[in-house]
Amino acid sequence: MTDPNVIVWLHNLNALVGGLFLLVSFGIVGTRQVQGCLRLFVALSVLLALSAFLLSALYRDWHLGVIGVVDIGTKAIVIPWVLRRALRGEVFTRREVTQALNIPTALLIAMVLAIAAYFVAKPLLAVGCELAAGVNLPIGLAGLLIGGLTAALRREAVPLFLGLLAMENSAFFAGIGIAPEMPLIAEVAIAFDVLILVFVVGVLTRTVHEHIGTTEVGELTALREEPRR
Amino acid sequence: MSLILVPLIPLAAVLISLVPLGKRFAPAVTLVAGIATFVLALRESLRVVSDHQVSAIAGWVELDGMGATLLLLNAFVGATAALYSWGYIGAHGYEARRVRSYYAHFNLFVFSLVLVPVLAQPAFVWIAIEFTSLFSVLLVAFDNTHAALEAAWKYIALMFAGAAIALLGFFILFWAQQGAGGGHYSWGGLRAIAQQMPTVLVMAAFLLVMVGLGVKVGFVPMHTWLPDAHSQAPSPVCALLSGVKTTNSLYVILRMGSLLPLATVQPWMEVVGLISVAVASFLLLQVRDYKRLFAFSTVEHMGIIFVAVGLGAPGGGYGAMLQMVSHSLTKSFCFFAAGAALLVVGTREIASVRGLIRTSPVAGAALLFGALAIGGAPPFAVFLSEFFIFRAGVAQQHYFVTALLVIFIIVAFFGILLHVNRMVFGRPAENPAPARAHAVLPRTCVLTLILAAIPVLVLGVYQPRWLHALLTLAASNLNPLAPP
Repeated sequence: MTDPNVIVWLHNLNALVGGLFLLVSFGIVGTRQVQGCLRLFVALSVLLALSAFLLSALYRDWHLGVIGVVDIGTKAIVIPWVLRRALRGEVFTRREVTQALNIPTALLIAMVLAIAAYFVAKPLLAVGCELAAGVNLPIGLAGLLIGGLTAALRREAVPLFLGLLAMENSAFFAGIGIAPEMPLIAEVAIAFDVLILVFVVGVLTRTVHEHIGTTEVGELTALREEPRR
Repeated sequence: MSLILVPLIPLAAVLISLVPLGKRFAPAVTLVAGIATFVLALRESLRVVSDHQVSAIAGWVELDGMGATLLLLNAFVGATAALYSWGYIGAHGYEARRVRSYYAHFNLFVFSLVLVPVLAQPAFVWIAIEFTSLFSVLLVAFDNTHAALEAAWKYIALMFAGAAIALLGFFILFWAQQGAGGGHYSWGGLRAIAQQMPTVLVMAAFLLVMVGLGVKVGFVPMHTWLPDAHSQAPSPVCALLSGVKTTNSLYVILRMGSLLPLATVQPWMEVVGLISVAVASFLLLQVRDYKRLFAFSTVEHMGIIFVAVGLGAPGGGYGAMLQMVSHSLTKSFCFFAAGAALLVVGTREIASVRGLIRTSPVAGAALLFGALAIGGAPPFAVFLSEFFIFRAGVAQQHYFVTALLVIFIIVAFFGILLHVNRMVFGRPAENPAPARAHAVLPRTCVLTLILAAIPVLVLGVYQPRWLHALLTLAASNLNPLAPP
């Protein structure tokens, strides 16, 4: 393990995982099918776990490995299962045709956000830190912004929510790079918290579906200050 | 160790209130738990006054002056809202299963609220803040109407987006602390080494948390969900949401601010705060729903508190804490009054409520009392705290900021009174046809209004010595770092 070649190799592998993470974030912005969004989100979570495993080997810290396992367990297995149970059938095969912006424009904005993330991360990284933070922080920051963009553009409940979960994933992606010594219990508790969130959103989405007959939450625009009639 | 009991009581009440033992059981359990939590919180706060800090598990479960103030507010509003729920939910005649579900969620919500101030680790505080959102979503959606579901959806989506941003902030904060040599990742531990942490990292963490949790506080322009959620939820829940939930998130932002030198955070606090006060005070003028009126007033008050902290030591911090106290007490009262009006007239629309003082003297008088108190008329608590902030602003020679603050507060005062005056004293409609009128308010609601009004009135003219000591202590936790 002390072999410098192995360390360089692990770093390069982590950089590759980071690149794929960013690519998948772009993919979620550009995917219209609800099913496709969910699959990309699972891929994003698996990449987060991979990065956690690599950093775990790099820092020789088993905590990060546990985080990787918990991450796969919650985000790649339980969350998709809960979402599928909460909303069976037609929602997942649906294509979203009513995005707020067309896909090329959205991807262009996402690109600008990713570049901006690198500029923002630069002064922070200048403070001095491990090498892995240089990969994870800007990519996590970019993923956070792109996830926010995804959520802002979506009108369908599940993709919108997946955009938000992608934000959380990205925050974690940056977190494992910059704060690997974070107490394990805190990180596991955060994963648990996300799990509760998914249950709550599942219940809420189902209630919206039952009472309003649609999961297109972009259509919910009755509450505003202007006169309604 | 009794500090640990404070969040455990509402947690136990969640389970007990789910036992199907008749319609009175769940509200009674909730009320008893609420009162017990408040008594314990008061005891712990008094211990903080004498010992400056109470810790059950060092570095994990601790209470200092700032935490104690917040805990006391959370527990007080939790107890009064529990009492109010008894009559308010009872008057709606829901089926037993729904009533039980309401109280279970209510207790969970109170649990998450009292958890925020007693936890000392920022990562866990993040989780507790998340819980306050998660456990209140289904309460916001409780009515299951189109509007309520829309509000709940907006609420959860924005809450979680903000939480993800704040999470990155807490990771960066941890990174900064490791860079400064580590130590305990708790508010106390961070403050102890604040001078050594790299400012650029702490600043990045502060900004991320300010944006992320600013969503939950309702800072403009992230406030859009707030009037929706705070107007659609059942009134006792609104009291908790507007009175203390927003304050809990603000508390975390202020904790972050206390890790930075004043000169660094001052412009952010003053500008963000003033924008919120300005926008909210003008939006107040054009609302059509009286619960939204009070919701916008919450945005305004959050801004005032943020500006006050930005004004700097020593008066600013004290004024901000006092404003936090008076806002929580008064705003929860306002929502109790609004709920009473809603019970009587059955509509939230300002235009359809006229001459409330004749239809229901209690609801009318309460609404007027609440409007005057929250607007900042003397001799109520808000007037006193706003006066403290004014004095601090003048003492720090921030004349421009202080003048703007005063102007916006006056605009907001007239905005609130304009609407409430018409509702209370206007000429009643010729043929009032209330949809869901309860001519007589439930007795517990009236009792809550009286109990909640006492501190609003008393704190305006008299401040107990222990409260002054507690607030002074809180201000010392809160004030940004002095220049080295």
